[in-house]
Amino acid sequence: MDEGAPPSGAPRSRPPRARARLLRPRTRVDWFLTVIRVAVLIVLTVGFTAFIAQEINPDNPFARWANPDATGLTGAQFRGLVISGVAQGSMYGLIALGYSMVYGVLGFINFAHGEVFMVGAMTGMITSNKLADAGLWESNFIGSLVFIVVVSIIVSSLTAVVMERVAYRPLRGAPRLIPLITSIGVSFFLQNASVVLLGPASKSYPNVPDWVKAKHTFLQIEGAKILVIVVAALSMAALWYYVDRTKTGKAMRAVAEDAEIASLMGIDVNRTIVKVFAVGGAMAGMAGILWGILFRSVIHTTGFLPGIKAFSAAVVGGIGHLGGAMAGGLSIGVAESVGPLLILEPLGVSGVSQLRDAVAFSMLIIVLLVRPAGLFGERLPAEDRA
Amino acid sequence: MNKKLMTLLAALFALSLFAAACGDDGDGEAADTATAPAATEAPDEPADEPVDEMMDHLGDGSLGEVTVDAGGAVQIRSLNAITGDVAFFGLPLERAVILAIEDYGPIHGFDVDLGTTLDDLCSNDGGQAAAQIVVADEDVLGVIGTSCSGAAVAAAPLITDAGMVMISGGNTSPALTSDLAGTPGENYNVGYYRTAHNDLFQGAAVAKFVFGELGLTTAATIHDGDPYTQGLAQAFADAFEAEGGTITGFSAVNKEDTDMVPVLTEIAAGGPAALFFPIFQPAGDFVADQAPGVSGLEDTVLLAADGLLNTNYLALPQTAGMYFSGPDSRFGENVNQSTGKTAQDFLAAYEERWGEAPAAPFWAHGYDATTMLLDAIAAASYVDADGNLHVDRQGIRDYLNSIEGFSGLIGTINCDDFGDCGAARITVVQNIGGEENAVASMDNVVFSFVP
Repeated sequence: MDEGAPPSGAPRSRPPRARARLLRPRTRVDWFLTVIRVAVLIVLTVGFTAFIAQEINPDNPFARWANPDATGLTGAQFRGLVISGVAQGSMYGLIALGYSMVYGVLGFINFAHGEVFMVGAMTGMITSNKLADAGLWESNFIGSLVFIVVVSIIVSSLTAVVMERVAYRPLRGAPRLIPLITSIGVSFFLQNASVVLLGPASKSYPNVPDWVKAKHTFLQIEGAKILVIVVAALSMAALWYYVDRTKTGKAMRAVAEDAEIASLMGIDVNRTIVKVFAVGGAMAGMAGILWGILFRSVIHTTGFLPGIKAFSAAVVGGIGHLGGAMAGGLSIGVAESVGPLLILEPLGVSGVSQLRDAVAFSMLIIVLLVRPAGLFGERLPAEDRA
Repeated sequence: MNKKLMTLLAALFALSLFAAACGDDGDGEAADTATAPAATEAPDEPADEPVDEMMDHLGDGSLGEVTVDAGGAVQIRSLNAITGDVAFFGLPLERAVILAIEDYGPIHGFDVDLGTTLDDLCSNDGGQAAAQIVVADEDVLGVIGTSCSGAAVAAAPLITDAGMVMISGGNTSPALTSDLAGTPGENYNVGYYRTAHNDLFQGAAVAKFVFGELGLTTAATIHDGDPYTQGLAQAFADAFEAEGGTITGFSAVNKEDTDMVPVLTEIAAGGPAALFFPIFQPAGDFVADQAPGVSGLEDTVLLAADGLLNTNYLALPQTAGMYFSGPDSRFGENVNQSTGKTAQDFLAAYEERWGEAPAAPFWAHGYDATTMLLDAIAAASYVDADGNLHVDRQGIRDYLNSIEGFSGLIGTINCDDFGDCGAARITVVQNIGGEENAVASMDNVVFSFVP
């Protein structure tokens, strides 16, 4: 599945196909796409050049022409933006892994995955507040953190597994659209279940120790962000090892390649699919805790927007490709953090900070315009595109 | 084919009429059962007006008349933000309406019925949905609400078009009334009133505090696109520049944003000495938490407004030392002239009934708004020979338009031509810090402003 293999493993014949595409006469759609690509490129170039100009000197005539109120950013401010984007992006990446793995194996988008992330964050909130009441949160922060990570991973994996058993397994073999719609239903169910169980107001994590808030190293990064980036990197490495080096991982890849043949080879397909959901859920649970540490607040809709962005990240990276999911997450996180001030503000667009979601999704569109299969994705044969 | 379609449409239309009729019946029954006890109490109350003084009431009938049958109840509604993140703000308002109705007693011997209390969800959609429920019941005379200006923008046109009046204890956006210089706001509707202050006063108060008291000459603001937050941020920016200060940034976030580093970086680029963010929770939590970590904002003074002035927010560790503007809640010995109650009486009753103090200001505004509406209904109605109560909708507006020198919990209330009836007394409080001081911080006044 990390090869981005098509679910039914159809025979590949890429070189002749690619040649055929080149030889095909250009249609109006092709011209239209080219025009859009050029327009996007111009906006990006002008915006970025104006940014460079205003960094050199805010009174630079070019910067003034693009935005009369140009101010420019200091190095520390720019660094802060990038780091905040990387931290946010690592969480998108962790969530995107779940989307990507399920797609690789079952070929449908599990929209309820964002809610699994929310369940992880909620579990962390409940557990950490209990620990704080008992006094353990302050006295042994690292120990408590490990504990809430374990609890949260268990709960969110269980949520994902139950979801698969109740909502998706009965639909195995149905057209792809049906589990997709079911997953939207599951997503609403989990959100509303959270409202019923925990109420509609936002809930806080307990206060974290000072070293988590303080800035560290020569880069002046907040402790919480270092924690998020390091933990996300470790989780990614562990997942890679699991999928690429263990026997279970091999089974997952085999099922992704062709479930029917895999079952003939003695692989328990249902069991493998359950494991895929469990691992995806665990990654989402981990992301939920990181979210809690970074923002210290969670509400029943917490999973919605990060879920959609993580899905975009999975598509940007090439859906079905694990490294691509992480790369997609990082690029969307950094783009939405840096993009408004790097491209839009120098162009004189007002209220740029409200446009961060627009920037994130524009990133998706731009990547798909250039590489329709995503950064690391493979072009699917026509019969597998659906 | 066309004929078939027509038949189908006709059938649908007939079905919907039938459904509507059934719905009305249901409502009527519910109201009847709800007010059944009132019928037994009614004879105890001697009718205030002699039956023959039929014409002695306000109004010319131009908006129609509502008849309450003998034994029925006068219908008003409460429309406040009672769930979600802003419930702390709407619940005290709703409870104030309940207490005010109880303190007021019957109107000409007729009980006042609040029906089911409605939720404005503090959003445009919520306000619209609830307003549609209100106007579907033609017996409703007036609405106390909404809590949030964003909800009022959608609710006020529907409610006022139906001939009802709307008196808000919580809306403060200038767009809903006027610019205080005779120009109606873009969302002003005839029939809309409020006892909450106009944010032009609040913006001016914060500007005077930052420029005059704190001696800071540069400031930036963040809003979230909601009419309340945007209007207040703009009012502050205008007043601050009028004082002689410089606005270095005027930016906005989305309500559901969590990572505030980009917007704070944008603000930091201008290097402001003060940052005023009149927004709501949870976005307000993230701004206060992340601002000190952004290069260039380490020493910036943080200020927020009444949307964040509640015990829940004051208890957060990151809000210690922050300043908050809001309505002056030092009501002292002010007496509501219609019920004879003071703020102390109200707070005692509130605490006894719900076991807690109100979590946010504006309860007094909701109380006064309710008594004003009930006074207006009393002035615009009469009892006929059969013992039915007739209420003139235009008369209610006439009464409210003419309010002058009304003594309320919030002080002396005068209504201007655009529905602004507030006392316009603003204070700035400073958060002492710590969960245990949250309630005390609400009264830790460091600056007060009277226009």
